[in-house]
Amino acid sequence: MAATIGTSTSRVDGRAKVTGTARYAGEFNVPNLAYAAVVTSTISKGRIARIDIGRARAVEGVLDVLTHDVRPEMGSTDQDYHDDVAPEGGSPFRPLYDEAIRFNYQPIALVLAEDWETAVFATTLVDIEYEEQAFATDLHAGIDAAHAVDKPEKPRGDALKALQGATVRHQADYFIPPEYHNPMELFAATVVWNGDGKLTIYDKTQGVQNVQRYVCGVFGLKPEDVRVISPFVGGAFGSGLRPQYEVVLATLGALHLRRPVRLVLSRAQMYGLGYRPATVERIALAANGRGLDAITYDAIAMTSRYEDFSRNDTGWAEQLYTSANARYTHKLASLDVATPCDMRAPGAASGVYALECAMDELAVALQLDPMELRLRCYSDRDQGAGLPYTSKQLKECYRQGAEAFGWARRNPAPRSMRDGSELLGMGMATGVWEALQVQFASRIVLTANGHAEVSSAASDIGTGTYTVVAQVAADTLGLPIDSVTVKLADSSLPKAPVEGGSWTAASIAHAIVNTAADIRKELLGLAQTMPNTPLGGLKLDDVALVDGMLMARNDRSRAVAVADVMRHGKLDRIEKERSSDFKEDDKHAHNTHSAVFAEVKVDEELGVIRVTRIVNAVAAGRIINTKTAASQIMGGVVWGIGMALQEEALTDHAFGRIMNANIAEYHVPVNADVHDIKVIFVDEPDSVINPLGIKGVGEIGIVGVAAAIANAVYHATGKRVRDLPITLDKLDR
Amino acid sequence: MNNFEYSRATDVADAIRQIAADPAAKFIAGGTNLVDLMKYDVARPARLIDITQLPLKSLEETPDGGVRIGALVPNSDLAYHPLIADRYPLLASAILAGASQQLRNMASTAGNLLQRTRCFYFYDTATPCNKREPGSGCAAIKGINRINAILGTSDACIATHPSDMCVALAALDARVHVTGPAGARSIAFADFHRLPEHSPHIDTTLEPDEIVTAIELPSKGFAKNYSYLKIRDRASYAFALVSVAAALEIDSGRIREARVALGGVAHKPWRRIDAEAALRGEAPDRTVFAKAADILLKGARGYSHNAFKIGLGRRAILRTLTQAANATPQIQSVKKIR
Repeated sequence: MAATIGTSTSRVDGRAKVTGTARYAGEFNVPNLAYAAVVTSTISKGRIARIDIGRARAVEGVLDVLTHDVRPEMGSTDQDYHDDVAPEGGSPFRPLYDEAIRFNYQPIALVLAEDWETAVFATTLVDIEYEEQAFATDLHAGIDAAHAVDKPEKPRGDALKALQGATVRHQADYFIPPEYHNPMELFAATVVWNGDGKLTIYDKTQGVQNVQRYVCGVFGLKPEDVRVISPFVGGAFGSGLRPQYEVVLATLGALHLRRPVRLVLSRAQMYGLGYRPATVERIALAANGRGLDAITYDAIAMTSRYEDFSRNDTGWAEQLYTSANARYTHKLASLDVATPCDMRAPGAASGVYALECAMDELAVALQLDPMELRLRCYSDRDQGAGLPYTSKQLKECYRQGAEAFGWARRNPAPRSMRDGSELLGMGMATGVWEALQVQFASRIVLTANGHAEVSSAASDIGTGTYTVVAQVAADTLGLPIDSVTVKLADSSLPKAPVEGGSWTAASIAHAIVNTAADIRKELLGLAQTMPNTPLGGLKLDDVALVDGMLMARNDRSRAVAVADVMRHGKLDRIEKERSSDFKEDDKHAHNTHSAVFAEVKVDEELGVIRVTRIVNAVAAGRIINTKTAASQIMGGVVWGIGMALQEEALTDHAFGRIMNANIAEYHVPVNADVHDIKVIFVDEPDSVINPLGIKGVGEIGIVGVAAAIANAVYHATGKRVRDLPITLDKLDR
Repeated sequence: MNNFEYSRATDVADAIRQIAADPAAKFIAGGTNLVDLMKYDVARPARLIDITQLPLKSLEETPDGGVRIGALVPNSDLAYHPLIADRYPLLASAILAGASQQLRNMASTAGNLLQRTRCFYFYDTATPCNKREPGSGCAAIKGINRINAILGTSDACIATHPSDMCVALAALDARVHVTGPAGARSIAFADFHRLPEHSPHIDTTLEPDEIVTAIELPSKGFAKNYSYLKIRDRASYAFALVSVAAALEIDSGRIREARVALGGVAHKPWRRIDAEAALRGEAPDRTVFAKAADILLKGARGYSHNAFKIGLGRRAILRTLTQAANATPQIQSVKKIR
């Protein structure tokens, strides 16, 4: 039986998903279900002066209407609303807690009804009077009042002096607008009141145990009375890391009615949840004869008034390029908006976009090929920490990516290449993300009939966790993948943190390796008590489970069937639970890298931009599943196309309203926008990072894509657009 | 969404009777726009009168060589009908430039004419909008108006009509057949949609108790020299920033007849007879196309975010007329602009 790790293995849950048997949070049907619908605020700041639920309550079929002053008891301290992913400090948002309005689209009333249509209708009959206060929602207006936040990047040398003395330098502001999550699945929760004070909660989330702890905090419940289940998630990308208000309100409704309640948010209401914050990235680069000599990087991002959400925008420059002088600052502008949240490659998608455009502009100033500039200041060490990487095959990404793309055919002069009526542009950029690992636990139940059930509270947000878990378990237990069942995303299963940061594959794989080792250990102990055992004297590391046999690694003839061992031990099943146990490695930097190459064609007369080709060459350690991993990268590239050319929440700052809060007018790429995408995984052996050499690929696919496209647009047109998205009107201003 | 009554009309007379009896009622056919508006609480009809059973689904040739299109013919059927595809390819092309296949399958011919604007403020009941709530003001004029009109605007409204199909129908000089309590009449396409002036809540000259029964195309289809070019922010499933329907009749190197209509720039498909007159009798080249473009865009006014539409519109007119003159029409399934 061939190993499945490293192969192109189809999703084990693929059939369930395409045939509709995979169920999502808003699809669990239980008897006596009541339906909830939310009323959201239409102002950005102020208070509810009066809220009249009379007309709504009078509608036939309406069970009740909950507001901040008519509702079951909720926690009263910030700690009660804390969750694993909440920013440090601050005061987490409390849904339906008091009369204060902190942001537009804030939930302010919950209608509970016998059916969904009645609930939605009744939301239009809740009468609200506000006392509105002056508010601010525009990052540009908040820059001067922005406050500094601490980041680990320390200054080196004297960047300002080096900039002043440099003969070649480039300085510019880059802007990323607020970008909103639009996962296909709407945020939803079905909360089942079990009649004995216990709740079963089906929620759209990236972390069931995080939601369990949070719900217990908000409602003063005991963990044993709250079970959170989220077997399938229709995309989350960071939006489901923190518990969202649908789970609070559905739970509130269920506790109030003492019956099951379902709440599904509308698409427009999801614009009241987290988002990628608007950011101004102010970068100055100076060059000397060899390469980069100085960098100053000031990132200014928006956040809410009640929490400081801040991610690493600037630090990627530390990791990618050698520069004797460097200085970084990070500021936040507090606005009357909801707190931003993580969104695929938070920090990096924005920060590396700006950095890689700036590098392209410096290369133009130096009359250097942009890839040559990057190779000249290529860094084998994280500049800030001074540490070597566990592995870094970025040079190979550049080489293989350039070759597959045909970078050598590029004429460096802008507007020099064309295809009929279209200007042709080629651009490139580097991508970087962290290779994180955190503690996950897994349980394996091996039965004598040669079947294994693997379970963990970890989520699969569509990334392929079910499949990766099945592969690693199959290979480490010596079973065919069909003989492995995987259970995930139930808070009663072994401990797991949220699925995020691209850490799940590497982390859970090693929990399984450890758990499987415990099973192997028990089997070896038993086998060595068998008469005439062929495994006598062997230690745990000397044996492996292969094809249903326990065998010596260096002598396949010394083997015994697992079924025989279990029969000998009079065991029907072996159950083990273990965690991954990564040692803190402060001697290395841990990262994934990529080189992205983009070709665009721009209609010369009309400015219409098409992204005709993308090559993304990725170095991310050992790839467990080339099919699901390539899909991850491809999805990131498509998102990068949207980031470069389309995505933008258009806020009318006079009203604090997002005017395109729907997926007709908030543009993301459609099929016709997506052409040729080639994904390359560069071979990157890594014996340091973990025993299987695995890094994650969830975020790296988007990083650098927008910059590569922006650089290609410049190459095609000679026009540099620094504020995303690059819509055709910006080419003409 | 509000609660509403539902009834079904059995024939045109019944539909007129029902709508006349209930001023708060609305007809529903494909529902591709009305249902959205109801979900957003923008439209709050007390009654929906289902007209999908009415016998308005046929497409037939008229005695004078034109085509009469029933009001309920789905957009997809219309675009792919051999008579339309062969004789009025400009109309087929414009339809296929709009929406998505699923929406075109549901949307009716008359419903396409009657779709409401996509102005952001019209859809958000938390903001003022004279079209949605007369007298409340126009937030778009000083707001997010990148998609709004540059021609024929008023201080009360700068919304655009979002249809692609109607731009072609305007260029083709279609007529709209309607029936009401006072009997049947027909309206020239140019007179069907109106400019916002001081009453932007009224989109068309259709009376509230009238129903559209058919669209009639005259015999001239411009099947040889035509093009529909739609410029938008993504390659499909987006409304036009600017679109151009161009149709030419060229004889011995001279333009004998010309039609140009613009979409995405005004409260109605935008045509100027004088622009077309300027093309007539001339050789089809960019100099004369530029003259026509200047006339078409005369009086154009840009607002804070949409001034780009003036220059873009001009270049789009030049390009579309060039495509039409060269008999290389834009093909909607090919995203490269020809």
